[in-house]
This record gives sequence, C-alpha cells and structure tokens, in this order.
Amino acid sequence: MISTPSADRWLPKLVLSPTLAASLIFVYGFILITIALSFTESRLLPNSEWAGLERYEQLFDNDRFWTSAQNLAIFGTLFIVFSMVVGLLLAVMLDQKIRGEGFLRAIYLYPMALSFIVTGTAWKWLLNPGLGLERIVQQWGWTSFTFDWLVNPDKAIYTVVIAGVWQSAGFAMALFLAGLRGVDSEIIKAAQVDGASLPTIYRRIIIPSLRPVFFSVTLILAHIAIKSFDLVMALTGGGPGTSSDVPAIFMYQFSFTRGQLGVGAASAVMMLMTIMAVMVPLMYAEARAGRDR
Amino acid sequence: MTLLSRLFLYFVLLLAAFYALAPMWVMLSTSFKTLDEIREGSLIAAPHAPTFAPWLKAWGTACSGVRCDGLKPFFLNSLVMTIPSVLISTLVGALNGYALTHWRFRGSDALFTMLLVGCFIPFQVVLLPMARTLGAIGLSDSVFGLIFVHVVYGLAFTTLFFRNYYLGVPGELIKAARVDGAGFFVIFRRILMPISGPIFMVCVIWQFTQIWNDFLFGVVFAGADSQPVTVALNNLVRTSTGVKEYNVDMAAAIIAGLPTLFVYIVAGKYFVRGLTAGAVKG
Amino acid sequence: MKFKTTAVAIAAASMMAGAASAAEVEVLHWWTSGGEAKSVAELKKMMEAKGHVWKDFAVAGGAGDAAMTALKARVVSGNPPTAAQIKGPSIQEWAKEGSLGSINDAAKDWDKLLPKAVADIMKYKGNYVAAPVNVHRVNWLWINQDALNKAGGKAPTNYDEFFALADKFKAQGLVAIAHGGQPWQDATVFESVVLGVGGAKFYNDALVKLDPTALSSPTMLKSFDTLAKIKTYIDKDASGRDWNLATAMIMNGKGGMQFMGDWAKGEFTAANKVSGKDYACVAAPGTANSYTFNVDSFAMFNVKAADAKKGQLDLATAIMSPEFQEVFNLNKGSIPVRPGVNKAKFDACATKSMADFDSTAKSGMLEPSFAHGMALPSATQGAIVDVIAKFMNSNMSSKDAVAALVKAAKTK
Repeated sequence: MISTPSADRWLPKLVLSPTLAASLIFVYGFILITIALSFTESRLLPNSEWAGLERYEQLFDNDRFWTSAQNLAIFGTLFIVFSMVVGLLLAVMLDQKIRGEGFLRAIYLYPMALSFIVTGTAWKWLLNPGLGLERIVQQWGWTSFTFDWLVNPDKAIYTVVIAGVWQSAGFAMALFLAGLRGVDSEIIKAAQVDGASLPTIYRRIIIPSLRPVFFSVTLILAHIAIKSFDLVMALTGGGPGTSSDVPAIFMYQFSFTRGQLGVGAASAVMMLMTIMAVMVPLMYAEARAGRDR
Repeated sequence: MTLLSRLFLYFVLLLAAFYALAPMWVMLSTSFKTLDEIREGSLIAAPHAPTFAPWLKAWGTACSGVRCDGLKPFFLNSLVMTIPSVLISTLVGALNGYALTHWRFRGSDALFTMLLVGCFIPFQVVLLPMARTLGAIGLSDSVFGLIFVHVVYGLAFTTLFFRNYYLGVPGELIKAARVDGAGFFVIFRRILMPISGPIFMVCVIWQFTQIWNDFLFGVVFAGADSQPVTVALNNLVRTSTGVKEYNVDMAAAIIAGLPTLFVYIVAGKYFVRGLTAGAVKG
Repeated sequence: MKFKTTAVAIAAASMMAGAASAAEVEVLHWWTSGGEAKSVAELKKMMEAKGHVWKDFAVAGGAGDAAMTALKARVVSGNPPTAAQIKGPSIQEWAKEGSLGSINDAAKDWDKLLPKAVADIMKYKGNYVAAPVNVHRVNWLWINQDALNKAGGKAPTNYDEFFALADKFKAQGLVAIAHGGQPWQDATVFESVVLGVGGAKFYNDALVKLDPTALSSPTMLKSFDTLAKIKTYIDKDASGRDWNLATAMIMNGKGGMQFMGDWAKGEFTAANKVSGKDYACVAAPGTANSYTFNVDSFAMFNVKAADAKKGQLDLATAIMSPEFQEVFNLNKGSIPVRPGVNKAKFDACATKSMADFDSTAKSGMLEPSFAHGMALPSATQGAIVDVIAKFMNSNMSSKDAVAALVKAAKTK
C-alpha cells in the first residue's frame, strides 16, 4: 500500500473543483433557469409570470416540433454511423504507412475548418438538380440520371447527412488515428508471428482496444448532430417548407426570432430530457467500465 | 500487402479526398469569377476569365457595417480570443482527465458523467442567462467575457478527450512513481505530459476549430470592438436585401478558414511524434 | 502652412463641440454590406458632424435574427445600445417590455410628415419610440422585358392576364415564374396574391386584423387556389434558391417574372440593367392601386445620461432629415418615408413607388407588409409563414391550407 502524502489526498479534488463549480452553475444552473422559463409567459425577454403547462401544450400542438424531432432521429443516427464508419476506415487506411499521409489528413480535416454559412452555399449548388451533380452527369451523357434530394421534401434531410458527414468525418478520423497510434505495436507483431492476417488483427485486437475512442467519437458526433444549426440553415434552411427542420433551428427561432421564449425553453427542456435519457446511461456505463480496466 | 491491395488503398483514399474537395472546388472556382460570370448561371464550372479581385476585396475592402476594410482587422480579435481559450481549456482538461483516471475517489465516475452532460447543453439555454451573469460581473461586451464562456463550455470536451486517453496509460506506471515519492503534479509533468502529444493535438484541433469558427457566442458576448472574424464573415455574406457577391463570400470563407488549416498542418507533425512516444510507452 | 492652421482650428473646434455634447451613440443594425453599409455610413457621417461618436454594432443575418439575438443579450445584461434596427410590431413588443424611450422631443412635426399607417407603427401609447428610415414596396412584379415584348408587350393587371402571359413565357421556353423556395419568399408571393385577389380591405382584415371570417372566406380559398396555380409555373429546382439568383434568371433570359420587393432593383442596377429596356417593374397583378410597405426603422432604447439622450435625439432628427433620406434611399433602392425630399436623382421605378405611396396613403390603401414583419407580432407571423411554406412544398389542398391558416392566426 502506498502512503499518500496529505497534499495528494485533496489535490485531485482541488484541481477538479473549478470545473465542477462551472458545471454546476453554467450547465445545471442554466438548465434549471430554462425549466423555470418554460413555465412562464416569457415572450421577447424572460419574465416570471406563471403560465403552467401552456407552453408545453403549444409545443406539442406544433407540427414543426414533431417534424424536427423526427428529423433529428434520422439525421443523428445516419450522421453518427456514417461519420464513424468513414472516419474509422480512413484512419485504418492512413495507418498503413501511406505516402503523403499528412497532406491527406489535412484535406480530410479541412471541411471542418470552413464556416458552414458559406460552404453551405457551395453544397446547395452542388446538390441542386439544375446546377450541380445532376446537370453534370446528364451533360456527360447519362440523361436519365436524377439526384433531386435537395428539393424533395421527403429526401432533403438526407442531403444534410451527406454534407454533415463531409464536414465531420475528418475529425472522427483524427480521433481514431490518435487512438491507433497509441496501440502497442508489440501486440500486433506477436499476432503476426502467430499467423493472423491484418484484417483479423484489426478486427480482433486493435479495434476492440479503441473502445474509449469510440465513446469519445460517439459523444462528439452526437454533440455535433444535436447542435446542427448552420449546417441545416445554410443547406436547406429547414426546407423545402419545413421538411428538414431540426430542433436546434426550432429552438432558436422560437426563442429569439419569434418572441416565444417560453415555447423555445419548453422545446429545449424536452430535448435535454431526451438526450439525458439516451446518453446518461451510456456515459455512466462507460465511466464505470473505465474503472474496471 | 500485395501491390494490388496497396493500389486499391490509394484509390479509396483519393476517392475520399475527392469527396472532401468537391465543395472546395466550387468555392475556389467561384471566388475567381466575376459577378457577371456568376449571374450567367453555370455556378460550378471553372472560371473563364479568372480574377483575383474578390480575394483582395474580401481581405481588405469589403464592408462589415460602416467599416470597410475587409476581414483583415478582425483576425487579431479572433486570435486574441482563441489562443487563450484553447490553451486554458486544454490544460485544465488535461489535469481533469488525469485526476479522474489515476487519482480516483469516491464519486469520481459520477462526477465525470455529470460533467459530460455539459457537452449537450443547447446554446439557446446558455445565451440569456450567461448575458445576465456576465453583465453582473462586469464582463459583458469584452473579450474576457468571451474567453470565459468558451473555456467554460469547452471543459466537458477537453476533459473527455484526456480522460479517455489517460485510461490507456497503465496504472502500474503511476503507482511505481508514487512509491518513489513523486506527487500529483510531478507525475503529471514527468510521466503524462511527455506522452500526451497526439491527444493534446486532437484536443487543440477540436477546441481551435470550435472557438475560431464560433459565431453565436462571438456575436452575443464580444461587444462591438472585439468582434471575431466569423462575425465579419457573417456580415459580409448574409446581406439582407443587398447585392449578393458570391465570389467575395467564397474567398472570405476560405481566408477565414486558413488559420484553422494552419493548425491542422502543424498539429499533423505531432501526430507522428506521438506515434514514437506512444510506441515507447508500451 | 495656412492649410495646416485651418485644419488645427477645425480640429480644435470640433473637439470643443465634442466636449460640449459628445455622446457615444451605439447603433445596432443589420445593414452590413455593399450599398446598405454605405447608406449607414452616411448616417455615421452626419452624427460625427454633430460632434457625436458613432459606435457601430453591425450584425447581419436574415432579416436581423442574429442581430435580434445579440440585442436581447445586450438588454438582458443591462447594457442596451442607443438605438437598434427594429421594425413593425416588434417595436410595440419591445416597448411593452419597457425597454424603449420616447423621442417626442425630436418628433414634433412627424405626425404631419408621416402617413398615419407608418406613424402608428413608430409610436407606443402615443409617444414616438422609433424613427423610420425608408420605405420598400413589396408588391412588385419584375418582368423580363425582352420576353414581354415578344409576348405582346402588355404587363398583366389581373391574374387571368398574368397566367395567360405565364403560358406565353412557358411557350418561349422560359421558367415562367422565377422564384426562390424559402419561407420568406413564399410569404412574399402569398401576400401579393392576397392583395391582388381580395383587395386592400380584405388584405387588412385577413392579414393585419386576423379577422377569422376573412381568413376562412371564399376569397382566401381563391387566394390559395391562385397560389397553387402559380406553383405550377415554378421550376422544380426553386427550393432553397436565394432571391437574387431568381432575379438573375430574369436578367439572363432564363426566367419570365418574379414577385419581389423593390430591393430587387439593386441587383438589376448592379448588373447594369435598365428598367424599361431590360426589365419592367409593375405592381403585382391586381394591386396597382394598393401598396404594401416594408419600413425599416431605428427603435430608441432607454438611456439615462443627459448627453446620451441628446445624442439619441440628434440621431432621430438626422434620420428624418431630407438630406439623409435622399442619400440613404438612393443607395438602398428604397424611397424616402417623408415628403420634401429632392426626387431628381431617383429612377423611374422609385418615382412610381413615391407617387403610389402618396396616393395610397390618401386613399387608405397603404397596407403593412405581413411577410416582412410589418403587420403582425413575430409569433403569429411565424406560424402563418409556416403554413404558407408547407402549402408551397406539399400537396396540401387550399381547403386544408385555409383551416391551417385560421389555426395559425390564433398563435400568440
């Protein structure tokens, strides 16, 4: 047993205390304020006039809210899965002592560096049937080719996935690559001596050891998906109509553009509760699993 | 690996690079066109009379409000705000991650879970209460207030990155050091810091990208005198009823993204260094 | 040498003037680029000439939504700007929150200068709290002049003629109606259609007073039917298109006509197109004798210090001065909100707009634009825009649209 010097008994807690305080005030405190606001008459600015459950009734009665929730489910799932798969594949491939690795890495990452207010315009042109991909392919001679998801109310949300994966897969790749570089090369050599093939080594040994990385990537991508605002705003503006609306836009518009702060707060509360219901068990399981290692 | 599979590997990588670059092509070619050429309507073709003027305008003479000197003056504001925010949040995150993995105490897992919820707090929840808080402590409309906000909401991520990375560091190493009498900070500096290259860079990439590209916090908390470059970019691009200059918009977006690209390239070098350090770590 | 002394003298004089009444005037606005920014720069110049310091707080964003967010944060933090670009009923909403201050001292003769429809928007409980800057007319129809000449040269004055012309444009191989499928553009078309189909009184009952009888009337049904027919003349790629790309379609001969406010003129002018030769500006079908206005204005926040109040009043006075109204609106493509401004430099479309503004103000056919936030509280407007956007982008029947409209109008 190690005898812990007294300083080391409280130092870790002291180090964590500012973060804890910030989290209590600026995350949990603000969530409480939002919950309180969702029960008030707040319109343009916060006020404290009691409104009971009226804001929630208004919210649940609004088609846009349900459309946006459904879109988040579709977009979030596809976006996380595709970004993760693309990111992992790119990372594994880049890890094969590729010539020009640094160059390729920067290319894959660069989409994240650009403000989507503008790249959204570029995507909008590329995906627009009359301007971009569809027209080019038709000009090449494949005249029956159609790709009109952007202007199709049932498909528009999938174009958001395309652009979203474009923007974020690079970062998933970077996280996985950092994880791969931390895997002990001795283990790999030993497995190779035993005659295991490279894909088997990845599947059986390397990728399972990246579990914490998977967790980080999931969390980051979920964060991006939930907060996707610029992405949707610049690409489809929530349209055609309101068909690709997402909760981030809904909350923002009702809170700040439409002077219905109470409804905006109610939608934020609903969203936070959903996220917590999904993510907190996952996060706690991960936190505890880490301890058992 | 056979030559064939190696070729296939490069093919797939290049295909991915193409996907990453396709919108860049649209942006670059548009930025070198004149407005008349853009109005003609073939928006994604190459420019037939390339001009550099949009770039010069975006950098030096485009208007953002009554001030017409392009993006140039806003770069300094952004740097002054981004660099401290990134460094502070990364350093605190590293210490947090270290304390949470190798100095566990009762409730530390619950504490970590609790911090992570901060990743998901919607901006809408933050803006007005934060504005009031900053107003009360006299930090509203200042670059310090903005740095504060970015650090606070970056900590959940930086802690996550380092915590999950330090999980991979064998506890025996730390125990051995403690037996030798090394304390909390000494172990951090001597053992953890030297092997943190890759994750440090991942963390910096993430934080730099998030903070440099942030628009909403910048516009709400920075005040008129310290608006970051994203606010200027937004002002340039999102005209309400004025003439839209797509060529200048695209050039401006690329210019505004250059510092982040610079960070990616520099950080890339540390990926390699992290490789050797990671291999030694064992 | 002599020049130098004069310069020093002027500098000294202006410093003294500054010391007497210098106030920092912070103005939040969303006119951030191009001609709009130049227009605001004129205001800055005039304020500096009066010895004040202009602090620019420019935040762009579709109809100012980012600007409004920043403004709210500033007010909540207890540090509001001197003035902010707020328009329409939002002025009343802000005044209700107790944030705005009276500028009556600078507005003694405004009742005489402004049409009542505009003055009412600038007032809260009888006091002026905002200063109007310009008037945009929304119910314009922009037509490709070449195509129009080929089709007989007569601009449509009602929807029968309009659709006949649209068919001819279609036969010429054009996209008959150039449109951008964004909610605010959809609402712009809808508003012109309601005005054209039902007339000014119906428009007022339905979209300003939100009278349920008007909203559920056959006339409203007919408006939606007309809108549905317009939809069939729009190309399938319109969804999400920026309004100025639709305008570009008119210019480069791909599109026939476009419903859009008079800011479209700025695009034509920037491309060196001339009205009457390259394009025609006419009132939207059936709306020649009415006028939907979109007036930008600066709302004045509560300021305590005496010198700040002085700066605020000077700002209001400067905004309403004929000199500023002239330069600003020449730059912006809109028209002055007050009479007594030199009209010599304005072009044909603007002069027509001025004449119609005056005559409709007298006849009572001057109506606030619903699509541009002049008629309804933002919550109600938003709910109605949602209905229109849905109608434009789905197979919703006119009957269902009317029902949805009635329901949306109840949003508070």
